[in-house]
Amino acid sequence: MLLQKWLTTFGRYIILMGRTFSIPERMRMFWKQYVKEMAQLGVNSIGIVLLISFFIGAVICIQMKVNIESPWMPRWVAGYTTREIMLLEFSSSIMCLILAGKVGSNIASELGTMRVTQQIDALDIMGVNSACYLILPKILGLLTIMPFLVIFSSAMGIVGAYATAYIGHIMPPDDLTLGLQHSFIPWFMWMSIIKSQFFAFIISSVPAYCGYTVEGGSVEVGKASTDAVVTSSVLILFSDVFLTQLLS
Amino acid sequence: MIEVKNLFKSFDGREVLKNISTVFEDGKTNLIIGQSGSGKTVLMKNLVGLLEPTSGEVLYDGRNFVAMSKKEKIMMRREMGMIFQSAALFDSLNVLENVMFPLDMFSTMTLREREKRAMECLDRVNLVGAEKKFPGEISGGMQKRVAIARAIVLNPKYLFCDEPNSGLDPKTSLIIDDLLHGITQEFGMTTIINTHDMNSVMGIGENIIFIFEGSKEWQGVSHDIMESKNTRLTDFIFASNLQKKMREAVLANGIKI
Repeated sequence: MLLQKWLTTFGRYIILMGRTFSIPERMRMFWKQYVKEMAQLGVNSIGIVLLISFFIGAVICIQMKVNIESPWMPRWVAGYTTREIMLLEFSSSIMCLILAGKVGSNIASELGTMRVTQQIDALDIMGVNSACYLILPKILGLLTIMPFLVIFSSAMGIVGAYATAYIGHIMPPDDLTLGLQHSFIPWFMWMSIIKSQFFAFIISSVPAYCGYTVEGGSVEVGKASTDAVVTSSVLILFSDVFLTQLLS
Repeated sequence: MIEVKNLFKSFDGREVLKNISTVFEDGKTNLIIGQSGSGKTVLMKNLVGLLEPTSGEVLYDGRNFVAMSKKEKIMMRREMGMIFQSAALFDSLNVLENVMFPLDMFSTMTLREREKRAMECLDRVNLVGAEKKFPGEISGGMQKRVAIARAIVLNPKYLFCDEPNSGLDPKTSLIIDDLLHGITQEFGMTTIINTHDMNSVMGIGENIIFIFEGSKEWQGVSHDIMESKNTRLTDFIFASNLQKKMREAVLANGIKI
């Protein structure tokens, strides 16, 4: 029974995505929405991404220095591990988990409210493909802005690590620099960006489905918003395992 | 003209619409009346394609809407305008942008022409001066008028209104009724209004369909209602004691309405 419910939901999600990925009726309106969504979903998230990345970068650096420090370990190990953690996991997966909460609930509640207040019905009656008009700019907007968020997050994490060195005097900045530059593999940056693209699709499309298909009133919109965040977070975690295995 | 033939609609085996057959005439204000839960909104949703009928036909000037392909339905919908119970204005757009939206999507007009046309429609509903306001900043009556302006901006052939007076005071309701009736006559549209506002029924009803428990119970014009022998209809229309007494007085004195 549960399996049947999941399959039905998945089928409906695929059908909705089929309607979403069609040619927009009016490209002028699509571009307008696309730019708006990039600003709303992406640019407006830069602040939180930078803030969290700064502190996580700093905390990782302190933890590594305090807990791994040993006469047997090279001095650069704290910088090296901070870079690897930020680049490989935090800036793609963990940051996307955080964005699933912020962006996912935003998308689900916006579309859910539009559904219960009949704004989506109004679009349908006008002959507008409401899924394409409302959802496609959100997905493409987030896919476009996500690589920038990943790069900003990684850079800010490193700034946070430097802050512990320069301001907190946890370790000499030269040791940190040495660690950050040690055995750098450029592919890891690409891996992080590729992973984030999958996660961006999950963060935008799953909440869009949850919001678009709401039936009822404000309680259901709230429930859809919660479902959107939980489902997209779980999907990010699952796909992270497969993508890491695939891309490593 | 919209013709409905043998329309049935069920939800999980429960019949909500039972064999509805009727005609909505051009250039007339057609009203669908009935108690809450009688199937009025379901009937309207079937007419505009928001719901698929279980069986039956909906013919727009002879074209069967139910049998149309998705693409044909989208094209057909561009001939329709709809005013929802909640007005359904787009929150993120101001009044002018809301009215311009159908033009932005479907017309090949320049920006200046689109603005001019939208302002004409806002003028028609007496809302010039409110064009920069957002839906959250205007009253319910004004929202309904914006919805009317948006619905008529593309000169639709068919106008659907789902309880346009719900939540409005009697005076504003009369303004909305007059506006809908005036627009219908002015543009020769086929207007269908779902309502249980008795002022609308007696004031602008040129073709009234009474739905009772999912079936068409009665059809006629407003002045037939007074003398109707259909007790379900009269019980519904003249529900309050005041209305009953008024009807008795009208019938006793032979007053024509």
